[in-house]
Amino acid sequence: MSQNKTTAVTMDDFLSGIWRENPVFVMLLGMCPVLAVTNSVINALAMGLATTFVLLGSSAIISLLRHWIPKEVRIATYIVIIATFVTIIDYAIQAISLELYNALGAFIQLIVANCIILGRAEAHASRQPLLKTLTNGLGMGIGFTIALLALGSVRELLGNGSLLGHDIFGAHFEPWVVMILPPGGFFVLGAWLLLFNYIREVKKQKRLAESRAASGTTARALV
Amino acid sequence: MSEADSKAMHETQVIQSSNEALRPKANSTAMLVVLTVVAMLSGFLVVMMVQLTAPAIAENKRLAIEKAVFQVIPGAVERRDFHLDAGGSLIPGEGPDTLYAGYDADGKLLGVAIEGSAQGYADSVRQLWGYGVECQCVTAFTIIKFAETPGLGDKVLTDAGFLANFGALEARLNAAGDALANAIVTVKHGTKKHPWEVDAISGATITSRAVGKGINDSAQHFLPHLVPQLDVLRAPKAASQGE
Amino acid sequence: MPGESLSFIFLNAFLINNFVLALFLGICPFLGVSGKINTAWSMGLASAFVMLISSICAYFINEVLVAFNIEFLRLISYIAVIASAVQLVEMSMKKFSPVLFRQLGIFLPLITTNCAILGLALFQTFKEYDFTQSLSYSLGAGAGFTLAIVLMAGLREKLELAEVPSVSKGAALSLMLAGLLSLSFMGFAGLGGGH
Repeated sequence: MSQNKTTAVTMDDFLSGIWRENPVFVMLLGMCPVLAVTNSVINALAMGLATTFVLLGSSAIISLLRHWIPKEVRIATYIVIIATFVTIIDYAIQAISLELYNALGAFIQLIVANCIILGRAEAHASRQPLLKTLTNGLGMGIGFTIALLALGSVRELLGNGSLLGHDIFGAHFEPWVVMILPPGGFFVLGAWLLLFNYIREVKKQKRLAESRAASGTTARALV
Repeated sequence: MSEADSKAMHETQVIQSSNEALRPKANSTAMLVVLTVVAMLSGFLVVMMVQLTAPAIAENKRLAIEKAVFQVIPGAVERRDFHLDAGGSLIPGEGPDTLYAGYDADGKLLGVAIEGSAQGYADSVRQLWGYGVECQCVTAFTIIKFAETPGLGDKVLTDAGFLANFGALEARLNAAGDALANAIVTVKHGTKKHPWEVDAISGATITSRAVGKGINDSAQHFLPHLVPQLDVLRAPKAASQGE
Repeated sequence: MPGESLSFIFLNAFLINNFVLALFLGICPFLGVSGKINTAWSMGLASAFVMLISSICAYFINEVLVAFNIEFLRLISYIAVIASAVQLVEMSMKKFSPVLFRQLGIFLPLITTNCAILGLALFQTFKEYDFTQSLSYSLGAGAGFTLAIVLMAGLREKLELAEVPSVSKGAALSLMLAGLLSLSFMGFAGLGGGH
């Protein structure tokens, strides 16, 4: 973490949330909505955007107020601020589409309990200036949305044979219903983690082989 | 708001900078001030948002109800809300036990949409069904909310054989007018004999039963009050036409 | 729905719509604190206790909110009151029952951000349960959470001894296990339907 070193906004602030510190795939935070509302792409997208909005809004306010909030009541203050933004987005979604609102159910309101947001407030927004916080929050939000989409698209494709409601496989495809049921959420997320672990393992092996080869050549050169 | 805000914040800052001397007391004041300001700010934002979105939300809800009502009362293009008061008389307007009356373009009463619910496979199945005034039967139903297994339980919405049950499902009152002459029951697939029976979908019997039971329960509850008062539903339309 | 029997509400929250395995609430502690059966028991019981407290609080707050017609403040007041209730429980436990505090104390702050607690409060409001129904719902949810986390811990303790491919160690394997548990819990669906 390069938190106190510099106040300049760097590309790394933005990118870390998307890949290196991806809230879902790397830090395993905010799992409840990740599993619960990813049975279709559109739900996943809406949830990702709503969470990003709350993350940005609450980070901005907390960052602006950071010098005035006493340490003892900081958590209470953060929770009230976060809950405010969640209520706002809750009403906004109701106004935009009742159907979407019903599909997401209580999980919009449960954004309050998403540990990503409180975690960001505590670890980042309370210490950094506005712009840096917003960049980092945006990266985290996008990283979260990407993760939700990764789950949502696989589950909708396999469980319903469609993407964004458009039929992909045609009429002969027998959908794997289990994928849009609760167990499917666990299985697909587990499969993504397996894939990332595998990539990491392969990279590690490669690096190991390279360094061995490199040390081998130097050793030979010495001889 | 923002002016008051910044003033309060300024005060907090002053308190904080002076709190080296008087730590405990000043600190708790600072906490109170910050919490109050944040709570006020949050209240202000939420109320503003609620005010802003209220018309759009009301419109969305109206459209959703209208769509469902027109679906279960074939031919209806206009709806009016009524509800039963504690004594069982029909009163215009929404309330607990709301009924939606559907009219055609000429203002003729076609049917009444009634909400029912019963326990299904995974959670309760909430539905809206139409009572046809002419045929004294169930005209159609639609699901408002359920969590049934996709591919099995949700066949109740798509299975042609199951949907054919509705349209002329008998819902006639008995001679005394205090209950249905024949309770609406769901029977095993392929064993329907009477016009008041619902032929279940094989493989989704529990959900089919929930639909039948939800309709029967709400019919037994509403129809004995509703049928003698159908003129109340017909009346207000005429009054408003006169205006 | 009003009119659901108390035993059915309990069974529904406990098995049919298990908070963790069917509704995905409280996944963080479910994956995080399920390494050992002993800690899982403590976490489960502490959560169940807090669920009961917050369910009671939420019921009365909702009555007040509905009376004043200010339901839009529901979320903010629920989370604030639940957080303070947990704090109060923690403090009084520390004072009056140090033994219990030593066992459950460290889990209490973790529970505040557990979405199962807030989820319970919200669901009982949406379902329009009355007071005794809410109590039954919260007891069922607490028992269901405890059951899920203890089962998971049991599986993971056994798995410690098993040889697994190195790529599947950790969270990936836990999630697969959770998927299997969730699949088997789907067998409980239909318990309350039909007669």
